[in-house]
Amino acid sequence: MKPVLALAAAAIAVAFLAAVPLYADAYQLSLAITLMNYTVLATAWSLFSGPTRYVSLATVAFFGIGAYTVAVLAERMAWPYILLIALAVGLAVALVVGLSTLRLSGVYFVIFTFGLAELIRQIVTWYEVNVTRTLGRYVFVDIDAADIYWQLLGLAVLAFAAGVLIRRSRLGLALRVIGDDETVARHIGINTTFAKVALFALSASFMTLCGAVMAPRWTYIDPAIAFNPVVSFQVLIMALLGGVHRLYGPLFGVVPLVLLFEFLLARFPNHFSILVGLAFMLIVYAIPQGIVGFAERIARGKRGAA
Amino acid sequence: MFVAAVASGLVLGGMYALIAMGLTLQYGVARIMNLAHGELMIAAAFAAFWLFTSAAVNPLVGLLLVVPAAFAVSWAIYRLLLTPLVARAPNRDALEVDSILATFGMLFVIQGVMLAMFGGAYYSYSFLAFPVNIAGATVAANRLLALGFAAAIGLGLYLYLTRTRLGTAVRAVAVDPNSAPLVAIDVRATAALAFAFGGALVAAGGVLISMFLTFNANIGVVFTMKALIVVIMGGVGNLLGCLVAGLILGLVETFVATWIDPGLTLAATYAIFLVILLVRPQGLFGTASR
Amino acid sequence: MSTPLLEISGLTRRFGGLIAVDNVSLALMPGEIMGLLGPNGSGKSTVLNLISGALRPDVGSIRLDGHEIGNSAPHRIARLGVARTFQLVRILPSLNCRENVLAGIAFGRDALWGHAAEQRAETLLARVGLAGRAATATGELTYIDQKRLELARALALDPQLLLLDEWLAGLNPSELQQGIALVRSLRGEGMTILLVEHVMDAIRSLCDRCIVMNAGRKIAEGAPDAVLSEAEVIRAYLGDDDA
Repeated sequence: MKPVLALAAAAIAVAFLAAVPLYADAYQLSLAITLMNYTVLATAWSLFSGPTRYVSLATVAFFGIGAYTVAVLAERMAWPYILLIALAVGLAVALVVGLSTLRLSGVYFVIFTFGLAELIRQIVTWYEVNVTRTLGRYVFVDIDAADIYWQLLGLAVLAFAAGVLIRRSRLGLALRVIGDDETVARHIGINTTFAKVALFALSASFMTLCGAVMAPRWTYIDPAIAFNPVVSFQVLIMALLGGVHRLYGPLFGVVPLVLLFEFLLARFPNHFSILVGLAFMLIVYAIPQGIVGFAERIARGKRGAA
Repeated sequence: MFVAAVASGLVLGGMYALIAMGLTLQYGVARIMNLAHGELMIAAAFAAFWLFTSAAVNPLVGLLLVVPAAFAVSWAIYRLLLTPLVARAPNRDALEVDSILATFGMLFVIQGVMLAMFGGAYYSYSFLAFPVNIAGATVAANRLLALGFAAAIGLGLYLYLTRTRLGTAVRAVAVDPNSAPLVAIDVRATAALAFAFGGALVAAGGVLISMFLTFNANIGVVFTMKALIVVIMGGVGNLLGCLVAGLILGLVETFVATWIDPGLTLAATYAIFLVILLVRPQGLFGTASR
Repeated sequence: MSTPLLEISGLTRRFGGLIAVDNVSLALMPGEIMGLLGPNGSGKSTVLNLISGALRPDVGSIRLDGHEIGNSAPHRIARLGVARTFQLVRILPSLNCRENVLAGIAFGRDALWGHAAEQRAETLLARVGLAGRAATATGELTYIDQKRLELARALALDPQLLLLDEWLAGLNPSELQQGIALVRSLRGEGMTILLVEHVMDAIRSLCDRCIVMNAGRKIAEGAPDAVLSEAEVIRAYLGDDDA
């Protein structure tokens, strides 16, 4: 597709999506928010983890930092300032974590990021219990569901734009080289630490803002809600199902899985985790390349046969 | 107070060491990072609970039933579910990531089954819960018994791995899976064996822990994390490292809970873990591989 | 006499109790091709890894054009104009041929991007004999073509010093002749090359000078023919009985 056409198609899609709150009922809007939330998270996840192949389970650490910052600061200042502070906190944590951990490879990185979210949750819990003596906070801000939806849409557009720009840039190539062979990357002049930390921080910024924007949805937040590790895994499985080799790949995982989880939770609330686990295993075993990779391989196969 | 804290720290640490030995066998030999490890442990704890409360089976007798069952189940899991991943993985990193994802799915399935059967409530039963006096401190008899059994099982495993032919094969695969076939070792079969042993060990840990701790269907993940911490602290594949690291973790947790704040034990656990990963990713006793 | 491009003195590197490189010194003049020889495990590849920054020396200095690079990160050394190939060929598997070379161009000494970079990538691919293969997936390349692509990626850095780690190993006789011709043509452009090699034909026909290592130490230095007939060199390769 020509760039102009692609841009026009994207503009029409965004305009259409922006109109959703105008004609959707409360349930549909709530579903649209969930979809948009996971779209932002899965796209942000694959910005970093897609090309570099570092599997991160820190998604909810940043999401929770954003949500909790809002819970602490709500009513104390104007909304944009709250978002900025949340972003600053998330970015600071991402830089510290990135600089100290991105030399860990493979399984150690996965486990570290998992432990990180848990550690932050424990510390916040302890702080709230012992210092502020209020575990759990009410979020009262003057933001309704439509506002949340539009802000998430804005974040999604920004995340896609960032993804497109990075893919065309030198940095994008650097990340793909790192994903293929980090030793070679270093020996052809790529500052691998800089590239990885920059993308990790960018990805974490989107996750943090996403958590901040989502916070008013709950009205009540405690660390167990804000730092729920299941979110990290859901984002991971959605991105994997869609496929991380393309920027729009995660979208193909978000939509079916959000709908599936919604359905399972409504129909089989008592067997939800069994079914989620089975869905997860099915994806890992049957479509390891993701839906997009799978479709591309079939298309290539047909072209090859013709 | 100090003696009591040390005693309960050692008991807890002994359990951690036992389940971590299971994980280190699975990860060090079979190259499977098994995130469902803790779930199997809790399943074993529930089995012991069920045997004790509904069939009046002594948990020590329960060990004889649960541990072989866990061995068989783990062996089947490796053969049926993990072998395809081993076959398709182009390299070790890919296998590790694949195995994390697959066992994560298993974690949810096992946890979901336990939730469906037992709900989210905490369970415990009373077995040999009378106090014993040691050096001025009182420790429950069931804890001492658990520690004794853990030590015996750990020692047995160590002797098995160092003194027998099959054990030597297991260690050979851990050191160099590519060269092991050259001396006629069937790597897949050995990996399946190691994985099954790992499952048996964690099930033994689950039965022993059920004698003195309350547990529910959701806490398996916590034990998986602790086992991972111990494995990495001790150095992957290093059984003695597991023992020392497990005891250290148990003592640190007990000390933090006793003298600082019980609310910070998990935070302390993770903090130790993160520091170890950053400072000595090869483990306390490992040597840097170039 | 001009100053050396690469000057190594007293270089030592240990792995635990093993001394992989033991007090090695050498100097490479601009435009010179030097061979680094020795039995397996004698420390040749470790020397290359130390020069390219993959490893840091325990003792000793490595100077490139008078600047100390012994403690620099590999990407900095690469940007100063030191390019390398790997003992086991390392292609970037998910990138096509053009992108493999672009990766070298985009981050090298005078980093290019965009149209100019693409053109240079085509030129370099043609230079190593892969003209017209820019869009080919690396999985479809033969072994020698992979080696060519790896060389193109190294040349993409516009290096002052090229480190070839057994780049000619594993080629059949006709491919070997092509490979030797390719390296020789680089010398025509004035490139300085340090090559680790076992193929004696290649060493004799390419190298101005050779260094022979054994057990981490330099045991001989000089013109290829002279060095290869020294008693200590023969002993290192064949053992005491044959010397």
